[in-house]
Amino acid sequence: MEAPLGGGPKPGPLGPDSLLWCETFLVMTKITLAGQLVQYLFTGVTVGSIYAMVAVGFNIIYNVTDIINFAQGEFVMLGGLIMVFFTVTAKLPLPLAFVLTVAAVTGVGALMERFTIHPLKNASVLTMIIVTIAVSILFKGIAMFIWGKDPYIFPPFSGSKPLFIYGAAIQTQTLWVLFMTAVMVVLMTIFFKKTRYGKAMLACADNPEAARLVGIRVNTMILISFALSAAIGAVAGAVMTPISLMEYDRGALLALKGFGAAVLGGLGSFYGAVVAGVLLGIIESMCAGLVSSGYKDAVALILLLLVLYVRPSGLFGNVEASKIKEF
Amino acid sequence: MPAKPTKLTQLAKLCVFSNVDMKSSNRKALFGLTLFLILFPLVAMNVSAIGHYVDIMIFVGIYCLINMGLSLLMGYAGQISLGHAAFFGLGAYTSGILCTKFSMSPWLAMIAGVGLTALVAYIVGVPSLKLKGHYLAMATLGFGVIVQIFFNEEVSLTGGPSGFSDIPGLSILGFSLDNDLSYYILVWSLVLLTLIFSLNVIHSRIGRALRSLHDSQVAADAMGVETSRYKVMIFVLSAVYASIAGSLYTHYVGFLSPSSFDLFLSIKLVMMVVVGGMHNIWGALLGTWLLTFLGNEWLHVFHDFDILVYGAILLAVVMFLPDGLIHLVPRMSRVWKRG
Repeated sequence: MEAPLGGGPKPGPLGPDSLLWCETFLVMTKITLAGQLVQYLFTGVTVGSIYAMVAVGFNIIYNVTDIINFAQGEFVMLGGLIMVFFTVTAKLPLPLAFVLTVAAVTGVGALMERFTIHPLKNASVLTMIIVTIAVSILFKGIAMFIWGKDPYIFPPFSGSKPLFIYGAAIQTQTLWVLFMTAVMVVLMTIFFKKTRYGKAMLACADNPEAARLVGIRVNTMILISFALSAAIGAVAGAVMTPISLMEYDRGALLALKGFGAAVLGGLGSFYGAVVAGVLLGIIESMCAGLVSSGYKDAVALILLLLVLYVRPSGLFGNVEASKIKEF
Repeated sequence: MPAKPTKLTQLAKLCVFSNVDMKSSNRKALFGLTLFLILFPLVAMNVSAIGHYVDIMIFVGIYCLINMGLSLLMGYAGQISLGHAAFFGLGAYTSGILCTKFSMSPWLAMIAGVGLTALVAYIVGVPSLKLKGHYLAMATLGFGVIVQIFFNEEVSLTGGPSGFSDIPGLSILGFSLDNDLSYYILVWSLVLLTLIFSLNVIHSRIGRALRSLHDSQVAADAMGVETSRYKVMIFVLSAVYASIAGSLYTHYVGFLSPSSFDLFLSIKLVMMVVVGGMHNIWGALLGTWLLTFLGNEWLHVFHDFDILVYGAILLAVVMFLPDGLIHLVPRMSRVWKRG
């Protein structure tokens, strides 16, 4: 008798970076403890950078709208799979494929805002949660419709020959991940702190009515926030896929862990998100390597719960400010 | 009511849920549901094309049990849970493990499952329900995934990803419930009892306190309603419903694996409640019935792509029919009466 709603059997609980861990394990057997630790550290920082980018994506939308977008992980998934399409299927050169991927997912983010968030102005928090969940299911379904259930990969940006540091093998792609994360965070910070549009977006989050009164087009700002957030998700997906592959159902767990990073760093703070994301990645990687690889996904989630229970304002967030916010 | 009611209009009215005369309309709807449940197997078992609908209706009943609790939590108390598959799984695994590995009586195991689930729900619920909105959603989501990882990893206890089978069926007073019809009667009797109990909860002091919570927690606090206590209470109650449903599921299916209790099930449960109409317990029943039949029977043409249809349905309902499908019932019956 088949269970009607459980879905088919799945190998393990949606591991987002299983290949990375396997590889770490293979290399690990040959090297010293110090080398192992360096290896775990690098793996952790790499995975953590991805969480950081997801967290920054959450923060951008949250900063402007006070909405947590449950479809954030789906942007990463789409970024990875569309990148596979442009590089492997369409055989475009890498830089062009990268730009097209980011553009495509940005468009998806903008469409999502126009067709689902925009018409539901003044809806309750519960409704907003359910709408973004519905969109995430829809994206997942569309991805499965196009790409099926198999994981996909495309070659790393600059060859697959690893670097050796302190006896640990480091893929060059991890350096790309770190580089892109740094670029994204710096760009976002400059955008929000220095440019007129960025400042206008922050004003919307603070007080939409007042922002409207001084002539800021709040609707446009919300649209831009979704587009930007989708763009950064696409970048994360595009750089992580050569390391950890990508399939249609990766989004949920990535979103959960990215949200964990966002909360740990204090919701809304970019630097907090990066520090927390990397921290989360390192803790997870160390636990997987030294304690139990099966529970590595649980580690990040237990941390998320602890932070939510004990200090919902996060490590770097403002306790006073978080009290008046409607979570 | 001007015109003399005919049988047909009375039947139509059975499904009506108007706010004016809630108690009597509930009684009528209950009567209608019971009538339908008695007639359903009589018809289904004699028409070979829909003979297996009895089997599907058992699953509908099991999910109805969970979703009545979820409806109380979401629609009446205004709190979301994206982790109810975990409570369903806890009930199912406790029953399964105690019956196979410790050869305990299934009914005792079910009670043990309820006890364990209630305890876990209380421990998780107290800190979680202090959170609101997005944070609560993420916390329950995280909890659900943690429990699923536990089911996957504790191989010696749960059988790991491949699960375990040979779970015995249920029996009452020596009478074995080994065919679909007897199990159908058991499940739906429990659903009806739970429904009556839930309706009583809604119309009690607790129910009024919950609704005040849904509208404004600050106002409720100010009126002296112990909001946090009621929230945890209803959270634990909904977990208990899910646990009982889990035990029933285990003994019916006879096989358990972690993938039956994954994140997507939690989301699907919420989806059923929302599609039916979350502000109304009858909506939860309608949504469960519709989506279970869709997933189990009518979406087979879509094979694996049912997820796409689910997403579209949920999105369409939230966007265009925020009160859910049940909201259409009074409107339709009004049209029916006029015509």
